[in-house]
Amino acid sequence: MGYLVAAYLIFWSVIFFYILYLARRQRAIEERMDRLQARLNPDLWEEHDEL
Amino acid sequence: MRSWERIWIGTTIVLMVMATLAVFVYAPREAKMGDVQRIFYFHISTAWTGFLAFAVALIGSIAYLRTRAARWDQLSHAAVEVGLVLLTMAIITGSLWARPVWNTWWTWDPRLTTTTITWVVYLAYLLLRNAVENPEIRARFAAVYAIVAFVTVPITYLSARLLRTIHPIVLGPSVSAEAQGQFGLTPRMVHTMVLSLIAWTLLFSVLLWMRYRVQRAHEALEGMEASIEASFR
Repeated sequence: MGYLVAAYLIFWSVIFFYILYLARRQRAIEERMDRLQARLNPDLWEEHDEL
Repeated sequence: MRSWERIWIGTTIVLMVMATLAVFVYAPREAKMGDVQRIFYFHISTAWTGFLAFAVALIGSIAYLRTRAARWDQLSHAAVEVGLVLLTMAIITGSLWARPVWNTWWTWDPRLTTTTITWVVYLAYLLLRNAVENPEIRARFAAVYAIVAFVTVPITYLSARLLRTIHPIVLGPSVSAEAQGQFGLTPRMVHTMVLSLIAWTLLFSVLLWMRYRVQRAHEALEGMEASIEASFR
């Protein structure tokens, strides 16, 4: 039973952390793109300065 | 998240919960091996989806060479990474099953050896990709590599059917008298296995979609950075 539980836990841990890793990576890329777009778009900069 | 994505992910979660319940509650206890035989459902599902991922990489690579559309290269890259994660889990679950049944964590049996070769070949795909800087050359090289690398998949599948091995063949007759851990599938075991395979295939599709989106976003970001750099020169 111990081997089965170990297999089950490893299994779900890997899936859980892989999904978490993908979600974080996606968010980091999107944030970096937003920052770059904001730097390239002066209108957004003006809005940002007003804020 | 779009509505079809919600339905897709929701269905996957429901099926995964059902498959897990089937593995632990519905499937009968195997007479000789006991509860450890239930690892079989995880092991076969991860191995199947791992090889399915490499088949997707093969299709993506052929499509890339025909069309030169970046999305096919992105799909192949994503499929290889997801396939490698799944195959790693198949190897780990296989090792955990082998310990009580074969009395060893690992042996250089033909099936295990060919699986390891497949794993190393696809790991090299990811490592070698990063070594090429030019995106076009990288995509072309990766496509050719993924097509050649797929040869390891049928070799792995056939290894336990054509060679003397201790790895059991559950689906179909075994040719090896040395096979250890062989068992017959009862109807409930078949139901559980089919449900697990469907649930895992759906989970694989979700993982592939997530990884594909990351790859697309990453390449879009690279393109943006390159154009900004070029504008400053």
